[in-house]
Amino acid sequence: MNPPPVSRLAQAVRDAGPTTASPPAKIDVQHLSFYYGATRALQDISLQIHPNVVTAFIGPSGCGKSTFLRTLNRMNDIIPGTRVEGRALIDGEDIYAPGVDVVGLRRRVGMVFQKSNPFPKSIFENVAYGLRINGMARTRSELTARVEESLKQAALWTEVQDRLHTSALALSGGQQQRLCIARALAIKPDVLLMDEPASALDPIATQRIEELVYSLKSSFTVVIVTHNMQQAARISDRTAFFWLGRLVEYDRTDRIFTAPVEKLTEDYVTGRFG
Amino acid sequence: MRNEFSFRLAVGACAVLLIAVVAAIGLELARESSLSIRTFGLRFWLTTTWDPVAGQFGALPFIWGTLYSSFLALLISTPIALGVAIFISELCPTRLRAPLVFLTELLAAIPSIVYGLWAIFVLVPIVRQLETITPDVLRSLPLFSGPPLGVGMLAAALVLAVMVIPFTSAVAREVLKTVPVVQREAAYALGATRFEVIRSALFFARTGIVGAIMLGFGRALGETMAVTMVVGNNPQVSLSLFAPQYTMAAVIANEFTEATEELYLHALVEIGLVLFVITLIVNAASRLLIWAMSRSAVPASPRTTTIAATV
Amino acid sequence: MSRDTRRRFISAAFVTACAAAVLLAMVPLAMILFFVVSQGVQALNVAFFTQMPRPVGEPGGGMLNALVGTIVLTGLAALIAIPIGVVSGIYMSEYRGTRLAAATRFAADTLNGVPSIVIGIFAYAVAVMPFRRFSAMAGGLALGVMMIPIIARTTEELLLLVPGALREGALALGATRGRAVLTVIVPAALPGIVTGVVLGLARIAGETAPLLFTAFNNRFLSTDLRQPIASMTVQIFTYAISPYEDWHRQAWAGALVLVTFVLVCSLIARVVTARVQRLRG
Repeated sequence: MNPPPVSRLAQAVRDAGPTTASPPAKIDVQHLSFYYGATRALQDISLQIHPNVVTAFIGPSGCGKSTFLRTLNRMNDIIPGTRVEGRALIDGEDIYAPGVDVVGLRRRVGMVFQKSNPFPKSIFENVAYGLRINGMARTRSELTARVEESLKQAALWTEVQDRLHTSALALSGGQQQRLCIARALAIKPDVLLMDEPASALDPIATQRIEELVYSLKSSFTVVIVTHNMQQAARISDRTAFFWLGRLVEYDRTDRIFTAPVEKLTEDYVTGRFG
Repeated sequence: MRNEFSFRLAVGACAVLLIAVVAAIGLELARESSLSIRTFGLRFWLTTTWDPVAGQFGALPFIWGTLYSSFLALLISTPIALGVAIFISELCPTRLRAPLVFLTELLAAIPSIVYGLWAIFVLVPIVRQLETITPDVLRSLPLFSGPPLGVGMLAAALVLAVMVIPFTSAVAREVLKTVPVVQREAAYALGATRFEVIRSALFFARTGIVGAIMLGFGRALGETMAVTMVVGNNPQVSLSLFAPQYTMAAVIANEFTEATEELYLHALVEIGLVLFVITLIVNAASRLLIWAMSRSAVPASPRTTTIAATV
Repeated sequence: MSRDTRRRFISAAFVTACAAAVLLAMVPLAMILFFVVSQGVQALNVAFFTQMPRPVGEPGGGMLNALVGTIVLTGLAALIAIPIGVVSGIYMSEYRGTRLAAATRFAADTLNGVPSIVIGIFAYAVAVMPFRRFSAMAGGLALGVMMIPIIARTTEELLLLVPGALREGALALGATRGRAVLTVIVPAALPGIVTGVVLGLARIAGETAPLLFTAFNNRFLSTDLRQPIASMTVQIFTYAISPYEDWHRQAWAGALVLVTFVLVCSLIARVVTARVQRLRG
């Protein structure tokens, strides 16, 4: 996709009028800074993520997009020596306020990782894990039903329905990733965070993941980190561009790629720097 | 967070329990030997007559026997163990490596009672033969004096040496693994022979190698059954390899159930206490050396062999 | 001889010496295996496993009480050592940098190096003296204490090998740290932990010294934990130092059984480890 880097076009798009009014923010980040020890990895980030929308975080390697993603479900807490300043509100409540139930947060904000990490258990047990530990299925039949539902949502059901109790490690890379997505979906999170979910997969598997992400939009709020701009352009509604720990620009995807406001954004999306 | 705290508490309690067990061992030993310590004091370790029936408790022969037998075992086993370690880690064709490692692990896994059995019925007759054919010119030396009984210091040292070889060898192998490959490559690139390369690797790893040897020493100090069966069980201090002698572990094993009076029991426990302290110091020192060595080199693998983990 | 030739000669001599060391080390192994098998096989028959020892002078009989005793004692030891060892191993790996973890590691390594006879004295003081009686319990305690550090260190090493991605996956699903450890990380390391247990069992089944004055010995077949109990190792020892030929033969047979058990355990451990490698890699 080669957008014309012409400021007159940008001006024209801006003149076309304001964007449609968006519903209240699902995630409202206010002046968030993140520190690894003394190093300030994220600088004063403020943005709002809207529900039932796919939001993409793009930017060059090391720009902080994954780190920022992980602040949204407090996964960075497990790294010693890290610190957060500012607020991150999910459904109006600051997740970094003292006394917040982090375990409950992670139930509501699910995560899929770059490299699929299925547990060395059966396919069924992988998906059932979240349900079991959160006490979300009281009977065996309820558990089975919800596992089936999640696997269907992740477009994996037809491939594994006959071997639910075989090892998850025997699946292909793409199947394992879809299993991890099913596992995350099973506990019915509101938000799904995806950290470069297709980067380790071949093009065909990537396409299936992308279709899946697009289909999840109706039920979930999806935030996806990707280093692949074309992917962001294909599947996201809004895109945030990060650079060196700062949020440079955040707008509708079509605007970011056709008429970015910041020069830096324009340089990145046109491939002037990687 | 309550959940996190209670998990840590529960799991940590078990860790504390482990430490408590070790402390308890030391405390019990001290408690059950207190009578002997108070009664005899330092004389205990300086007197050579051990005659409990007559009320004489001189423990010098035991500490002599333990140290002498372990020292001899070290003398015999170290060159062989290092040779095995070097062969397996540096010189061995790759296909032979796994079977050889398996065989050395097997050597370590054989129970000491089986070693003792072999020592009594196979080793002792051989040693007796050797002692019988020792020329008179050597016989006059204190090292080879005494009748050729077969049982005695030599037999004990030999069986100890065999038992120690796999331990020293396994740890030495692990230590050699931590020597950076670049060191060796640089040496070969300069045209060094295999011996010279290995010599420089050994020099680099010298702290750890010494630690490995000390670990073997610690193992020999504590060995009971195999030694008891062939050392002759005679509490005397003698330089002679042919003389039947006694070790600390052996006397405890043989006489513990016969110690009916409190003083006798306490005397034996005191011997056990000193054995405990000596092995503790030797093992701690050796582990310190090995740790110091690994700090100065890149660790090769996080997984040590089971043998090394068991020492 | 030129300098180069001399260097090459030294190197060749060194290599030969190392190879000779290997052969030398294999000699006692070969001898032991040879004698254990050749002598042991003679006295090994069905009666050995099913009959009680006969009085001195009467040929035949077996080691049934000793076999049962060893099984009971190792079972007791495992009961003590597995919980304490595994949980301590969990602490040492989960809370790696803390002082308690370092102290525990030091204690475990120290315990590993304590001579088995000294552990026997400890078990005597704690479990025999208060009850004024030798017992299987005391023997099991001694063996259990010996087994703890083996299991603890193996568990720690294996838990550290579990990929961090699994932990992250569990945490991201809303698991607490303890839950993640117990339901994902420990099960992932389970084959290795089992291997460690098997190897630990093999090692303590062959121990004699700590049983000499804890479990003592028992002429009769007994599973009463409060009574003294026979064991393979103590029985072999008693037979070996006796003057009776028949008992010597039985001692070899017992040794054969022990060595076979140890060998089988080693092989099981290797097979499990190899299978896990293949599944992972």
